[in-house]
Amino acid sequence: MTRHLKMDTPATSRLLDELPSKLTGKPMDRPDGPKKVSGTATYAHEWDIDGKVFGVLARAPVSKGKLVRIDKSALDKLPGILGVFSEDRFLRNPAQGTADEAPIQGVSEISYFGQPIALVVAETFEQARHGAHMLELVCEADTDGVYDPEASNLSPEKPEDDQLDQGDLDKAMAEAAFTVDSTYRTPNHNSAAMEPHCSIASWEGDQLTLYGSYQMVKYNVNELADSLGIEPEKVRILSPFVGGGFGSKLGIAPEAVAAAIAAKEIGRPVCVTLTRQQVFENVMRRSESRQRLRLAADETGKLTGLGHECLVSNLPGESFHEPVLQATHFIYGGENRRLGMEVARLNRMCAGSVRAPGEAIGMQVLENAMDELAHTSGIDPVELRKRNIPETHPEEGTPYSSRPFAEALDEGARRFGWDKRNPKPGQQRDGEWLIGMGMAVAARVNMLMESKARVTLNKDGTAIVETDMTDIGTGTYAILTQLCCDMLGLAPEQVETRLGDSNFPKASGSGGSFGAASSGSSVYLACQDIRGELARRLGCSEDELQLENGNVSGGGKDSALTDLLAGENIEAEGHIEPGETMEKVKQATYGSYFAEVAVNAVTGETRVRRMLGVFGAGRILNQKTATSQCYGGMTWGIGMALHEAMEFDPRDGHVVNNDFAEYHVPVNLDLPQLDVVLLEERDDWASPIQAKGLGELGLCGAGAAVTNAIFNATGVRVYDYPATLDKILGGLPELEMA
Amino acid sequence: MTDTTLRINGEERELSADPRTTLLDALRNHLGLTGSKKGCDHGQCGACTVMVNGRRINSCLTLACMHDGDEITTVEGLGQPGNLSPLQAAFVKHDGFQCGYCTPGQICSATAMLQEVKDNWPSNVSDSLTGEAKLTPEEISERMSGNLCRCAAYPNIVDAIREAAEASS
Repeated sequence: MTRHLKMDTPATSRLLDELPSKLTGKPMDRPDGPKKVSGTATYAHEWDIDGKVFGVLARAPVSKGKLVRIDKSALDKLPGILGVFSEDRFLRNPAQGTADEAPIQGVSEISYFGQPIALVVAETFEQARHGAHMLELVCEADTDGVYDPEASNLSPEKPEDDQLDQGDLDKAMAEAAFTVDSTYRTPNHNSAAMEPHCSIASWEGDQLTLYGSYQMVKYNVNELADSLGIEPEKVRILSPFVGGGFGSKLGIAPEAVAAAIAAKEIGRPVCVTLTRQQVFENVMRRSESRQRLRLAADETGKLTGLGHECLVSNLPGESFHEPVLQATHFIYGGENRRLGMEVARLNRMCAGSVRAPGEAIGMQVLENAMDELAHTSGIDPVELRKRNIPETHPEEGTPYSSRPFAEALDEGARRFGWDKRNPKPGQQRDGEWLIGMGMAVAARVNMLMESKARVTLNKDGTAIVETDMTDIGTGTYAILTQLCCDMLGLAPEQVETRLGDSNFPKASGSGGSFGAASSGSSVYLACQDIRGELARRLGCSEDELQLENGNVSGGGKDSALTDLLAGENIEAEGHIEPGETMEKVKQATYGSYFAEVAVNAVTGETRVRRMLGVFGAGRILNQKTATSQCYGGMTWGIGMALHEAMEFDPRDGHVVNNDFAEYHVPVNLDLPQLDVVLLEERDDWASPIQAKGLGELGLCGAGAAVTNAIFNATGVRVYDYPATLDKILGGLPELEMA
Repeated sequence: MTDTTLRINGEERELSADPRTTLLDALRNHLGLTGSKKGCDHGQCGACTVMVNGRRINSCLTLACMHDGDEITTVEGLGQPGNLSPLQAAFVKHDGFQCGYCTPGQICSATAMLQEVKDNWPSNVSDSLTGEAKLTPEEISERMSGNLCRCAAYPNIVDAIREAAEASS
């Protein structure tokens, strides 16, 4: 049995609101919680596999050049060494999300510092680590490495599909009552998931099992098979627990392919885990950016022109570029528009998706520019945004689906006490601290992806949900369980959700905030199919069917569920596909951020004192896990605003701060009181369960609320992220000496 | 090979391993106790936090052979599904984790931290070095700042610790 839905028309039923069981949306504890808090959840490194040996990668010590030879002589006398592997199938860098095929392969050409070149395998981790350290990679360094995206001799590429010239922006700027023309820079970021990337490869004949930490299993199977030159049917991937993804585990990565090659050769399972330094050196970075923002407004603050032109970078041969302009296209009006994208080719590790690719830095900078416009025009920042909410898509003319944009602004302003803000900067003082408030808008495109799931209603009245979907901390185990419970009238302890096994039906995977709505819809459809079968057996219509506490009723009839099952399981597959609703309307998620900061008048140090986020993402599937996602996003925003940046040595291009001591992710005490409000919303255009994406919305502009608050506190506008104290100190008012 | 006897979660365990083996790798790769996590191997993230003789330490920064006869408590020893410690249960209730990878370290760290507060150890945000230590949210945040959580469950971690501490006092 299969129920398939292509999302060509908006959903006509809101069944989840009509069912007697209303667990979906409730703050249910995660069913995987007890395992996670007791150390019994199995992450990639932790599978207990007989005969497992360990591999450690050795990486390129130059940023551009050629591998001349590998000198293994120092390893001859080391005990336990089982082999040194290096060959053309090794991956230059991880595959991009949804690539579905191998990325660029080979070790002879070195394109960035830290590129994995060889794998040393030994009986124990200690032996392999020592071997990798002793291995000599003889490389020839080229002298034409490119390490500066803004170098004057570069000719960046201009991707054709990411340019827009509408109306006459120059004329709009010349005739505007108020203008902003500012250039901002944002640095490279690393996802820095807590679990370093890891794969255990194990062969039985020509059948490969990979125990990995991956976000998108169905794509990863094809990517791994293509990389190795084998059929996808010969590959099984298991990834039931992922210790943080944030985009860094979207595509198959060098450690998986190296482990598989070595395991085949040695005839034993090989476990390869990246060191934290390697995570910084060869896992996807979020590209640095230079963004020029031009805003032209009439005397009421209404935009007449909008320019957003940016420069990002990637390795040669990579098609991905940071989609900085993604939300700029639809969030604000202004008939004269110029949006431009340039991509510089650098010898720097691969750029790819890092949580909220595009909006994380695009909305951040756009919202800084809007704050500048508010200040210049003297219009309140919240009011200015509301005046610029477009009726229809400003470039395509399409209508929007559910859009609680103004609601998020009003609700946030009211809850935060925005009316107490003094619009004049530098006016509020608390001891040696300057206090300020700032706000910003959140916006993120919404996507639905093809996804399948199987639901089995067992003859004893329990159910099993199976899909190769992953839970990277997002709460998939919880929400799929909740949906199944409501649809089949079961209690959470009667439903078991199994994830992350490529033998299960192929899901969307976790990425782009589409996982919950896509995989949730597939479970919903599978359950609908089971409901249809139960209705047929009972002799009522599917609409009349009621399932509650193990009872089935409808059309004046009722039965115990187990009687209807009559000793047999019912199995159904749900299959959701995106369709025309993606084009007919502009689907996105919206929100607002409000922050209060204290900037030290002596040192320039910024502390965030409180922060509020108000978000609309369609139906919320679990209040608790959704709120946690938003905490996470807002915290990333604070980190991006204040201290996160990868630093590169301009002489040879290597990343200097390749660990947690030097790359500063927010710690517990960095956070203020965080408040999250989730708006009640249903978006029938988005998915049959009226849900949209939420995992990234929390950081699509969050940093701007912080830096806009810094401006309100001090009068200092930071154009070069992050807003470290050195960039604030020079602009602070003179200290009055007592 | 170095022979070491460790008392882990109340049980005597014999380890015969390379002397370079850290306590963390001994637990994960030799003794089947994979609850303690490796996040950085450099003492910078806290995911490997265990208790040695009642005190929290980063188990990646110490060699197993240095702990002959020591009493080691890992997250597995605090409680198991169906029999969680109050702190573990509070982490579930308050969603004090997302991906769950830093969680065992957070919970071991918090367990030891609560004892440190009972013993009136001051922290960087304490008003006094010698007075009574108070378990304010700020104190919890400061004392837990050696345990990174990239999912940023920090507000929920603080709530979970507060609740467990209040229930036990």
